[in-house]
Amino acid sequence: MNLNEYISSGILELYVYGALPEEESIEVTKELKKHPEILKEVEEIEDALTQLSTAAAPYNPEALLSSIQQKISDKNHSGVIDHPAKQKKNNLVLYISWAASIALLIGLISVINQRNELRDNINSISATNAQLEEQIDEAQNDAEKTKQLLEVFRDKDIITVPLDGQQVAPEAYAAIHWDAETNQVYVDAKELPTPPEGKEYQVWSLTLEPLTPTSIGLLSNFNEDDNKIFILENPNSSQAFGITLEPKGGSETPTMEQLYTLGVVKNS
Amino acid sequence: MQEQPDGLIAELQAKNPKAFERIYERYSESTFGVINSIVHDKHTSEEILQDVFIKIWNNAESYNSSKGRFFTWVLNIARNAAIDKTRSKAYKNKKKNLTAEYFVDIIEEKTNLSSKVDAIGIKKYIKALKPYCKKIINLLYFQGFTQAEASEELDMPLGTIKTRNRNCMNKLREILTT
Repeated sequence: MNLNEYISSGILELYVYGALPEEESIEVTKELKKHPEILKEVEEIEDALTQLSTAAAPYNPEALLSSIQQKISDKNHSGVIDHPAKQKKNNLVLYISWAASIALLIGLISVINQRNELRDNINSISATNAQLEEQIDEAQNDAEKTKQLLEVFRDKDIITVPLDGQQVAPEAYAAIHWDAETNQVYVDAKELPTPPEGKEYQVWSLTLEPLTPTSIGLLSNFNEDDNKIFILENPNSSQAFGITLEPKGGSETPTMEQLYTLGVVKNS
Repeated sequence: MQEQPDGLIAELQAKNPKAFERIYERYSESTFGVINSIVHDKHTSEEILQDVFIKIWNNAESYNSSKGRFFTWVLNIARNAAIDKTRSKAYKNKKKNLTAEYFVDIIEEKTNLSSKVDAIGIKKYIKALKPYCKKIINLLYFQGFTQAEASEELDMPLGTIKTRNRNCMNKLREILTT
């Protein structure tokens, strides 16, 4: 073999790179052990590559050594613990059986506890469910009522009479929506103050000249009605409406000092 | 010029911690450079370098001097670890263009070269380096391509790769020894 040709072929660079197939690499290693010239060439190539790649290092990583050593010794220590355990094999089996039994017992107890807890959970969830169902029912009823009311208010034949606050309650306000076809009156009492204990609002239909009041009903259960919309019958040919505060059950004639709101029907 | 420290390698294989320290001293900085030339990220390179030397310690027995150089064995571990990293999703999102000749950029940008390096020589070499040399050295040395893979990648015949690479390396050695 011509050594110079071998060296200048470029095979040794590829050998150092690790770019040769394994068999070729083994061949080169054999040659290198036979010929000091080849070894010298390989070492020079390594040296040049070492300098080239060292130049590409961000810095000399001396400081990382201790962290690497730490990681290595952590691993070794965890390995050492295994050895004494092997010598006490019999004891170990006993310990493991005991530990397993205790673990099983603890496991069982916790399963029972969990089961009870789950059952409690199911009970309380079904109770909540029932409550929610009731609430949904109520909400549906409310929505149904609201829808009906909306339809009424949208009806063009409805006569709306605003009732303004009077002397006893200047802030009060109410509205009457009167469907003269069906003789129904929808009293919107949202802006009336809550009546005191033992008193109720009474709604009056009035004809003027001479002033004749006719009771068309009471706003009973005022507090319980969230909408504060009350439906009453009004067969009269009313010219005005008034609301007074009367003792529970209503009065024969309106107590004029307790007149809360009053409004005149327009175009009647 | 340094010879392969065969005695030291044998002690490393016998799990001598002192031998590990000296192997680290000798090979860590260039290995760090190889890794950095592949991942081009200082922090990632630090992580990989640590893993590589832990592997060197754990697997030292698997180095077989009849198959190749210790230098090459270490190089392979480092390249594989770094290339594995570049294939991870997290890395790909961060960096593109994996075959760029990072080693050239890194050395050009670097101002304080290690005392182990002929700084003037290396800088001069990088400046004079022919574009095909940059590509060939990057693929064969830093990226660990086989001769055949590099031939395909660069669209050059196998023999041309071998001789051109030889010429590129000779330039480097000339500059470093003068």
